[in-house]
This record gives sequence, structure tokens and C-alpha cells, in this order.
Amino acid sequence: MVEETHNFWRVIPVTDSFILGAPIKVTDSEVFKTQYKKPYKKIRINNRLRSQIRLLLAKRGLVNSDPSIRIEAVNTLIKKPDTTLYAVIQERLANEKNADILEKLRLLNAMLALNHPTSKRFESSIEHLSKSLEPSSLTSLNQFLEKHPSHKQALAAVKAIEEKKHLYSLLENGFFGLSMGSVLVLAAIGLAITFGVMGVINMAHGELIMIGAYTTFVIQQLMPQFIGISIIVAIPAAFVVAALVGITMERLVIQYLKGRPLETLLATFGISLLLQQTVRSIFSPLNRTVVTPDWLSGVFTINPVFGLTINRLAIIFFCLVLFGLLWWWMRRSRLGLQVRAVSQNRSMAEALGVNADRVDMLTFGLGAGIAGVAGVALSLISNVGPNMGQGYIIDSFIVVVFGGVGNLFGTLLAGLSLGVANKWLEPFAGAVLAKILLLIFIILFIQKRPQGLFPAKGRAQEMAQ
Amino acid sequence: MKQQSFLNTESMDRVLIVILFLAAIIVPTANLGFNQDHMLHISSYTVSLLGKYLSLALLALAADLVWGYLGILSLGHGAFFALGGYAMGMYLMRQIGDRGVYAHPELPDFMVFLNWQELPWFWYGFDSLGFALLMVVFVPSLLAFVFGWLAFRSRVSGVYLSIMTQALTYALMLAFFRNEMGFGGNNGLTDFKEIAGFAITADLTRVCLFLLTLFTLIVCLLFCRYLVNTRLGLVAIAIRDAESRTRFVGFNTVSVKLAIFTLSAAIAGIAGALYVPQVGIINPGEFSPLHSIELIIWVAIGGRATLYGAIIGALVVNYSKTMLTGVLPEVWLFALGGLFVLVTLFLPKGLAGIRSKR
Repeated sequence: MVEETHNFWRVIPVTDSFILGAPIKVTDSEVFKTQYKKPYKKIRINNRLRSQIRLLLAKRGLVNSDPSIRIEAVNTLIKKPDTTLYAVIQERLANEKNADILEKLRLLNAMLALNHPTSKRFESSIEHLSKSLEPSSLTSLNQFLEKHPSHKQALAAVKAIEEKKHLYSLLENGFFGLSMGSVLVLAAIGLAITFGVMGVINMAHGELIMIGAYTTFVIQQLMPQFIGISIIVAIPAAFVVAALVGITMERLVIQYLKGRPLETLLATFGISLLLQQTVRSIFSPLNRTVVTPDWLSGVFTINPVFGLTINRLAIIFFCLVLFGLLWWWMRRSRLGLQVRAVSQNRSMAEALGVNADRVDMLTFGLGAGIAGVAGVALSLISNVGPNMGQGYIIDSFIVVVFGGVGNLFGTLLAGLSLGVANKWLEPFAGAVLAKILLLIFIILFIQKRPQGLFPAKGRAQEMAQ
Repeated sequence: MKQQSFLNTESMDRVLIVILFLAAIIVPTANLGFNQDHMLHISSYTVSLLGKYLSLALLALAADLVWGYLGILSLGHGAFFALGGYAMGMYLMRQIGDRGVYAHPELPDFMVFLNWQELPWFWYGFDSLGFALLMVVFVPSLLAFVFGWLAFRSRVSGVYLSIMTQALTYALMLAFFRNEMGFGGNNGLTDFKEIAGFAITADLTRVCLFLLTLFTLIVCLLFCRYLVNTRLGLVAIAIRDAESRTRFVGFNTVSVKLAIFTLSAAIAGIAGALYVPQVGIINPGEFSPLHSIELIIWVAIGGRATLYGAIIGALVVNYSKTMLTGVLPEVWLFALGGLFVLVTLFLPKGLAGIRSKR
């Protein structure tokens, strides 16, 4: 039986602190137990000890021959500068060859030099720190200001850092807003086709999104060892499943309710209840989780106070791509042309040989499929449960109505602007109040411009009257 | 041709009213007249349950008035109902006095829990039943008036209006879920002790509330029937069938719609106020869009634009809901969803339509 090799650090207590001794290599745990039991007492690990050990490891890492360990060590020390290191850093500054590490070391040196009792030249340190956005730069500057309350350069540096941080927090809110807006657009984009272009009030739209999300869940269950590509596989699968459900709905119910929007509303609401309960019976009422693949998780760090989470970035990207494809399809493809023709003048289109019934069926299938694809993306950021669709339906209708029924571009603009507005309101009003304020705004907006941001043409326009 | 007279209601109205009167005699007798072990005894729980159905029927009546006779599919009538319910709930909360869990002399429990020092201004006056009853009618009417005035003036109609009413009740639901609003947040208002000096759980109180609901329903039915046969009601029907034409003929469609919409909201508010003491709780869930759209299906199943159909639909659907959720909870949503689809496809006139076909 092969014993694992364990690396133990000798932790030697010195008054109220610890030092790391040479590592002990233990190849046989039994030997370790018998031989080392007496002289070595096991220390209970707590957070204070943990952070001290981390610091000690970083100090050792500074002189390691591997650059990647050195840079990690410097990063750790920058997060928590330790004044006892001043001499070590001076020594490293003279010997370090790697430019990246040298840059970081200079920053660390500036932090330490600023508050070091022997140091005299503050100007270059402050200069250095004012360009950095590390939280500890600000801490060192503030420490310095406690001793020298009216140091002009330091005051200016703090102000500059605060201004930059403010700017980045605005940018960050903007980014969150855009990603929230993309979620809204994703949820609404299928509805922009079924409700916007065809004029069908589809209250089961949220459930089509849910079906897309559950398809993703099932695909992941089927291929647990390929989580990475499961999302890619789920996109066409969700499209097909949701489109089939949509086409079935259209054939069985919706086509018989043409021109009766209120009845359509009720019938599709009934369908939404049926779909919810079906999913609840099959998958249990509990929420399911879709695993985010590695390539979609993590943070894209731009600087210490501003990072973009990859999955949100991916959702914005996905939303724009989907929108672009749909736009292209409506403008350039043959079926898109027929859809627009039928929506503008049904009988004229039929007279010119367009099979309007078939166009209706395919358009509804497309809208439903797009909703399913949106479900794939939304499953990554929210829980997948039988009720998840209900949360999207009102928002989606609001986005489509706000953007102007029948106008795809309006939907995009409305969704993104509502998302950004919501995120910028949140710091002042809180999440729920921000949402209420936006709902009230839209109710008032619709009074002023009943046709939305971009007035509609075609069937939807007559319906709105 | 129909005569426009107060007493000449449709024959079904008369049948329904006779049934309701019979219930008004039988239910209290069975509950109070026989002791618990007797075969004919009806438990107080059942009395309150029946009272709950009747208050929901009143809500359906209010919805049918605007949907059936004005053509406005309101998906937010639950909001008016809930507002009326909250006004009543606030009165009942004030009646608890210092008998709450925290035994605070002035504040309801949830305010003590949130560390509030004094009663918010909008709770003033709810110690008095008269004021609370006034608010039951006034608050929903005011909301309906303001919302309707904005919507009808700019001629928002059809599906747009439906979505807007849904957004309205959704926004209110989110707002009432907030603790800071001062309406008990998530938990709502509950733990009521007494109403107008009578213990709320007492058998006699329950029977009285049941009878009160029943007679309110009859009065409202007669009133709505009278209303739809007046000139105002006839113009409303004209608006439903051809709004632009009615406007061009010279009627002020905005005021007609506003009058009926506001009236309907007031009836919904009264329904809510009757519902709360019999159910014993009011929480933000009553504002949920699902609740509002469910009540539309009661009307659709009973038969739109018949008034009595709305009442029958509400009673039938709610009774089956209680039955089904008791026996097979998972079947209920299938049944409800199926009803929505089947009724809109095959029974556009509801149960009332079956009768007139014969």
C-alpha cells in the first residue's frame, strides 16, 4: 500500500506570534503518529493563525525561484502589507528581474515606505500610491494622513483614488444594469415575436422559458461528465423542445382563437398552468440547479475595484447574438418576409400566395423556440423550478409594450434601458422599490404614449385599439 | 323586448336569489339549532367557508360588471379586493388592542417587532368601524378612479389595459411585501380577536358574518342588474360593442367607463372586507396576478355578461377547488388549466350558455 506524502510546516510559537520552521516531510502517517506525538503538540487552527501562516508563506514565497509563486506572494502581501517586511522588500527590489513582479514590489514598497519610521521621502511613495486602486493603498495613505493631517499631496492622492473608485462603481452598476437588461431582453425577445409581430397574447411564454431551462437540466443529467459542452448542446435542444411545445399549442388552441385577444389570453394562461403542473409532476416541485461550466464562471478582473463576472458577460453577449440572428432572420429570410407580410395585411398576403396558416404556425414555433433558448441562458443565473416562468411573464410584457409592439429593436432598447435604470435606482431606493418605481413609470408612460417607444404597424396596431 | 324595471330581473336571478334565501335559513339553523353530533349539524368552519365563497362570488360579480358590460378585461381586480380586505384587516388589528403577543398598549405586534415607536399616520382612524368601512369603499374606488382616469382618457384599451391592470396589482403586491410599508409585510395582518365587540371565532359571529355576506351579495346583484338596465348601463354595453361609434354618436365614453370601473372597484373592496374576518388573515398574496386572473375564469365559466353566471361560476370553481386540493392536490392546477382552455374553446358563453341553448 502506497502511503501519501504529507507536507507539514513546523509552526513554532514565539510569545504571541508564530514562525515557520523547515517543512517536515512525512511519508508514513503511522511513523509520524508514534515518533512525533510527544514533542509536537497539535495547534488548534483559527483565522488569526491562518492569516499569519499565509503571511509567513508569502514571505518565504518572495524568494522562491518560481516566478509564479513570487507573484502570488507579492499579491498576498499587497492585500495585507506587513511593516516588518521593509528590509526584505528593499533587498528583493535590488535583485528582482521579472518586470511584472518588480512593478508590484514597487507598489508594496511605496505602501511600506510611507508609514515606515525611518523613511523620509514621501513624495515618490504617494505619487506611486495615487495611481493604484488597491484597497490597501488607500489604507496606507489614510494612515499617513493621521500623522500628517495637512499633507497636500497625500490629500490630493486620496481624492484622486476616491474619484476613480466612484467612477468605477458607476461603471460597475452600468455593467450590472446591462446584464440585467439582457436578461429582460432575453426573456422578452420570444414574446416580441409571438405578441409583438403575430399579436398573440401568450401568457404561457414564461413556461416556454422554463421548458428551455429544464431541457438544460436534463441534458446535464444525461452527460454529467461533459458539463463544459452541455450548455452548447442544450441550446439547439431547448430550441427544438420549446418550439415543438409552441407549435402544439398553436395547432390545438391558439389558431382557433384568432382575432379574440382576450380569449387567447385566458386560454394560454390555462396552458401555462397545465405546463407548470406537468413539470411539477415530472421533476418534483423542488428547484433544480444547472451547473455553470468552468469556462463560464470566474471574474474578468480589470483592476482591483472593477471586475466583470464572466457569466454575466456571456449573457450580454448571448443576448446580442440572439437578437442579431433574429433581426437578420426577420429582415433577410424568406419566411421573415412572409411573417412581416402576414402581419401587415393578412388577406393581401394570402392573395399573393402566402400560406398564412403555415406562417402563423412557424412564427409561433420560432417565438417559442427563442423563449426556450433564453431559458438556457437564464438557467445559469437563477434557480430552475416550476414557477420560474411566472417571474418573467409580467416583465416580458412590460418590455415589449414599452418598446412598442411589433418592433424588435424597441424591445432591445426597452429591455436594456429598464435594466440599467433599475440598477442605478437600486442604491437610492432598494431593489423592490426600484422595481415598483419603474412599474409606475411605465404605467404612466403608456398613458402618454400608448404605442410604446416605437409605434407599431400592422395587425398589432389594430389590436391595440 | 326587455322591460327596464327594477323588479323584472331575469328568471335565473330569481332562482339564484331564492336559493340564497334558502341558504340563509338552512345554514344558521343547521349550525346553531343542532348540536355537534347531530346528523344535520353544519360546523362553524363550513359556515365560514361558505361565507368565503360568497364573498368571492361578490368579487366575481364586480369583475363581470366591467368585463361583461364594459368590455374591460381587468386582471387587477384582486388589487381592489385586497385593498378593501386590508382596510378591514387594519380595523381588526386595532381591535386586538393590548392582547397581542408583545402586549403593547398601542402598536400591533408586527410594529413592535420592527421596533417602531409610534403608529404611522395612515393607521389613524382605523379604531373606528365606521371609518374603516368608509375606507373599504373609498381606497379601492380612489385607486380605480385615478388609474381609470389616466387610462381611459388616453384611450388605452384592450390587451394593453389588461396588461397594465396586471402590472398595477403586481406592483402593489411587491409594495405590500415590504415591511417598511407598515402593513405587516410578508405575514400580512392576522390574529384577529373581535369585530364590533363580538369575538370573531364565536359561532354566532360567524353566522352573522355569513348572513351579512349573503345579503350584501343579493343587494349588489339586484343593484348591478338595475344598473345595467339604466341608461348608463346601456351606454356601457354600447361602449363594449363599439367604443368608437359610441364616442362619435356623442356620448362621453370616458366618464361612463370611469363611473362603472370605479363602482366595480368599490364592490370588490366590499367583497374583500367581508372576506377577511371570515378567513382570519389578509396578506400580500391576495395581490398576486394569479389570483386576479383566476377570478376571471370564474366569470368565464359561469358565463360572461350575465351577472348571476359570475356568482355561480365563483361558487362552483371554489367549491371544486376546496374538494380537489383536499383529495388530490396535484390535480387542481391541471383541472384549472384545463378549464381555462376548454371553456374559452368550447363554452364561450360559460355555464349560462348551456342553459340558453336548450
